[in-house]
Amino acid sequence: MSNVVSALNGVSQSGIALVEETGLRGMITVRGDLASKPMAKALKDVLGASVPEQRQIASGEKGAVAWMSPDELLVICDHGAAEDIIASLNAALAGEHVLVVNVSDARAVFKVSGECAREVIAKLAPVDLAPGAFEPGMMRRTRFAQVAAAFWMNDDGSFEIICFRSVARYVFDLLCVASVDGSEVGFFN
Amino acid sequence: MSTRLAQGGRLLNKGKQLHFSFNGKQFTGYEGDTLASALLANDQLMMGRSFKYHRPRGPVASGAEEPNALVNLGKGGNFEPNQRATTTELFNGLTCESQNHWPSLEFDVGAVNNYMTRFFPAGFYYKTFMFPRAAWKHVFEPIVRQSAGLGKAPKDRDADTYEHFYAYVDVVVMGGGVAGLQAAKAAGLSGAKVLLMEQTAHWGGRSMVDGGEVDGQPVADYVDALVAELEAMENVTLRNRMMGAGVYDHGYVLGYERVRDHAPLESGPRHRLWRIRAKQIVTATGAIERPLSFAGNDIPGVMLASAIRDYVVDYGVSVGDRTVVVTNNDDAYRTAIAIKQAGLEVPVILDARAGGGGALADEARALGIRVENGKGIAKVKGGKRVTGVAICAQAGEGAVLEEIKCDAVAMSGGWSPVVHLWSHCGGKLTWDEAQAHFRPDPSRAPTSHDGEAFVTVAGSANGYLDLALGVKDAHDAGKAAAKAAGFTATRKAAPKAAEAPEAAMEPVWLMPQGAGPELRIKAWLDYQNDVKVSDVRLAAQEGYESVEHTKRYTTLGMASDQGKLSNINGLATLAGQLNAPIPSVGTTTFRPPYTPISMGSIAGEARGDVFQPLRRTPIHAWHDEQKAFFEPVGHWRRPYCYPRTGESHGEAVKREILQTRNSVSMLDASTLGKIIVKGPDAGKFLDMLYTNMMSTLKPGRCRYGLMCNENGFLIDDGVVARIDEDTFLCHTTTGGAERIHGWMEDWLQCEWWDWKVFTANVTEQYAQIAIVGPNARKVLEKLGGDMDISKEGLTFMGWKDGKIGDFDARAYRISFSGELSYEIAVPASQGRAFWDAILEAGEEFGIMPYGTEALHVMRAEKGFIMIGDETDGTVIPQDLNMQWAISKKKEDFLGKRAQERPHMASPERWKLVGLETLDGSVIPDGAYAIAEGENANGQRNTQGRVTSTYYSPTLDRGIAMALVHHGTDRMGEVIELNKVDGSTVKAKIVDPIFFDKDGEKQNV
Repeated sequence: MSNVVSALNGVSQSGIALVEETGLRGMITVRGDLASKPMAKALKDVLGASVPEQRQIASGEKGAVAWMSPDELLVICDHGAAEDIIASLNAALAGEHVLVVNVSDARAVFKVSGECAREVIAKLAPVDLAPGAFEPGMMRRTRFAQVAAAFWMNDDGSFEIICFRSVARYVFDLLCVASVDGSEVGFFN
Repeated sequence: MSTRLAQGGRLLNKGKQLHFSFNGKQFTGYEGDTLASALLANDQLMMGRSFKYHRPRGPVASGAEEPNALVNLGKGGNFEPNQRATTTELFNGLTCESQNHWPSLEFDVGAVNNYMTRFFPAGFYYKTFMFPRAAWKHVFEPIVRQSAGLGKAPKDRDADTYEHFYAYVDVVVMGGGVAGLQAAKAAGLSGAKVLLMEQTAHWGGRSMVDGGEVDGQPVADYVDALVAELEAMENVTLRNRMMGAGVYDHGYVLGYERVRDHAPLESGPRHRLWRIRAKQIVTATGAIERPLSFAGNDIPGVMLASAIRDYVVDYGVSVGDRTVVVTNNDDAYRTAIAIKQAGLEVPVILDARAGGGGALADEARALGIRVENGKGIAKVKGGKRVTGVAICAQAGEGAVLEEIKCDAVAMSGGWSPVVHLWSHCGGKLTWDEAQAHFRPDPSRAPTSHDGEAFVTVAGSANGYLDLALGVKDAHDAGKAAAKAAGFTATRKAAPKAAEAPEAAMEPVWLMPQGAGPELRIKAWLDYQNDVKVSDVRLAAQEGYESVEHTKRYTTLGMASDQGKLSNINGLATLAGQLNAPIPSVGTTTFRPPYTPISMGSIAGEARGDVFQPLRRTPIHAWHDEQKAFFEPVGHWRRPYCYPRTGESHGEAVKREILQTRNSVSMLDASTLGKIIVKGPDAGKFLDMLYTNMMSTLKPGRCRYGLMCNENGFLIDDGVVARIDEDTFLCHTTTGGAERIHGWMEDWLQCEWWDWKVFTANVTEQYAQIAIVGPNARKVLEKLGGDMDISKEGLTFMGWKDGKIGDFDARAYRISFSGELSYEIAVPASQGRAFWDAILEAGEEFGIMPYGTEALHVMRAEKGFIMIGDETDGTVIPQDLNMQWAISKKKEDFLGKRAQERPHMASPERWKLVGLETLDGSVIPDGAYAIAEGENANGQRNTQGRVTSTYYSPTLDRGIAMALVHHGTDRMGEVIELNKVDGSTVKAKIVDPIFFDKDGEKQNV
């Protein structure tokens, strides 16, 4: 539907890293007992994913599942698939005390790629981004400068960052400032 | 004359000449020079004037401890005051000016203070400017401001950029001298991840100048090999031009990297502030030489012995042709030897020790240098530079034995370890009697969360001034840090080096020891603040026993150098005057940063567009295009009104309101908080949070609710919609979304953890648009869809899901204006398109957006309260006559008990009423209702205050709401309210609902 737009309409900028808004992404907040069997079964059946460990992100055929807190997960999927997945999860978890809610449009997603991607993130988020300390499969809920954000690393070494939609411009501008030419740190090489 | 030597200058690239200017004069230097060395090479010895007496001053030091050679560096957007010439690397095109002089450095009017020295003792300002009181502001302060002070404040926007960087390592080593390098190697060999930082651009520290042998090779070669070895180690990172600025709790370290100071034309950030988490910290910060306190020790040309040596060896610069060396220890002989070897004259070495020096003294004598034991300087001769010294016996009172012509004096009062970074986080010091300095006490190191030490000290920073001892200490420190960080320390032994014993130093706190007042008043302790021996003695005489108090009284150790040179001499002088041992007087507190860091580096990226996050709704860009006048609401910017060409804000608000009341308009209400509350106990939970009953709400219906804190005070309000049996959606105020979500989680996680309730803040999932006015329904009906929004299909305080046009919508039939009103929530990604669709559909009704001011006025016309206007954290619902929203059936809710306290239930509380001015005018914001008489402070008594006041376009008059004493019982009474101009305005107390009391307009 042409009515549907992401916060910054796919803007991008290149410096010591490439910064791109990736466009709309499906995101579902799931709160419940992460240790319960029904939760594990629901994620397996609906997404093909396991329950992620603390600070991890687990991928499945239909989406990834990120650990957010001891009783909260974030499902990441296609934007158009979110409502169906919510319905399936709710059906699979019927009778359980859970909250499954669509937060896709409350968010913006950015991708940071290139050799200096780790450094660009490390200028903004208080996270150990050294190789070995942060690798694909990990997920951090943290802050980027003055706003809440979360990120994970893809297998190709790029990072994806999610933040609230209202601060999408701020986060994009931050990433651009942090990746300005000539600002290589050289700490992770 | 100070000049460039034909030989020497180990840090220079003489193949690359650089041009720079000082006070408008053009000079040249070489790549590798500091600003100070380049100025000295051009015979520019005088670099500034002192703070208080405007005395001529040249550099005393060659590094970070420099108190005098401060310049205003750069121009315009690159201007920065108080830059130390000794740590400013020269670059092509550098421009700078000396500070604290007027009209010129050479001729300074303020220097008249110098002749008044005896009238400006410690505490002069405190004593003199007390009376008459008004004179301070109008007479004294303007004069003092003109004549005192260091650099100028920058006037232009900073043209440079700055950034932060977060790093996590096992061991941070501060200091890249031979000790720091050795410690980094020892720690690195264990496998620990090591970050070594050095504030200068060069490795090796003092050892590169002072020499010696390690592992059978010259120390400079050893350092080169060590650096190469460390660079090859994957787990070790070396950063120069990066200072350890501060050590904080739990191994938090600030590293201040000067990325582009030396190369301002290159792109990238100027400074980078490293925010480091380290498991262990090694401070290998070296030691600083102390000046000696003799008369005239501040005259340009009197410098630390080590600095004169540095200028000769590192930069090939001689400070003078004839340099007198004065010392109380052996180290200064190295300077005499270096000068002599450079082909310059050392007329005499004055060794204050009666017994004289050791092997180094013999070496000096062998070079033909005259050495006088037990002698000192009675006074230095000269004005803008040294012309000679008068020699006396150290043991005496300063009777001159001989005068010697010279143009430089190299002084050494011994060495003080740089204990700052050890001390930042609570490391304690111990007094080393033999070396007359404070050094870290390893048994009282800074400790972390587990009570274990997290800082280790290495090398001369630990009091090991001997190269061999220092290297061994550093090796052990590196091993200890690695072990404490959880690694198995290397079994490799420390490098071998032979100790080079020196004759014991002897503390000299005043030269000569019996110097009388005439000499003491010219013997400087603190160059930067013009504090002399006489000032500290005076402070002691006047009863200042605490070193901290003495510091404040005399300004000893203040300002940008924080007394790096003066502290020990000052407190020794104080101790001497108090007849107390030095350790019992103690030191002042060492606080970060070690040397000043730029404000830009602290701000990091937070400037310009990213100074602060701005929150934008999905429709923000449209508001911007319409040139809406925005107001901040939290981090949001909301349109206050949408002025059209030629329209004032007031006119725009009036137009927006009349359009709403007469036809239809729309509001971007996306910022309203929306929190999902779900679970079997959700109803019970909301009954506790809200004052009214929420559990009885039927799915499909909405209810307005109030929230109070435990103290009974109103904290938020909003409409709650019941989605299904288990699920509620709570609207909060715009500013309350995050706060109330946190409030909910607080109660759920900390108090009612066994209740089955989950919450989620979905504020930003939706764009929410209010369509308001008599034609609102017609506009929505034009869009089509599958939703029955007729009077019966969606009744007042109902909600519905469905399609409006193509849009996935949830429609709430709620009203904050008293008009027929729908608030439609659509997914944020559809928000802008939905807004556009409504604009189009509403065109035939003249639809227009309205801003927050129209919203405020319309709610006030209806007597609806606003959190933050009618409430201020001290207001309870009962004050606002909202008893109807307080359930009497509920056993408990947050605030219930508090509201039953006598003061809360008192009939004397101010109550909400409406006000109508008799003349129809608008009461000023924040006006008070005045009462008879005055209070104990002589202020007019009050009987109420205005909470909201507006011009009402609907009624064409001023309306207001106010909290008034016994207000609800005083309907019709006229009260007086104060105005800004001092007059008053009369207003009648009325019902706060000014418009459509029966709510007929919204029920259509």
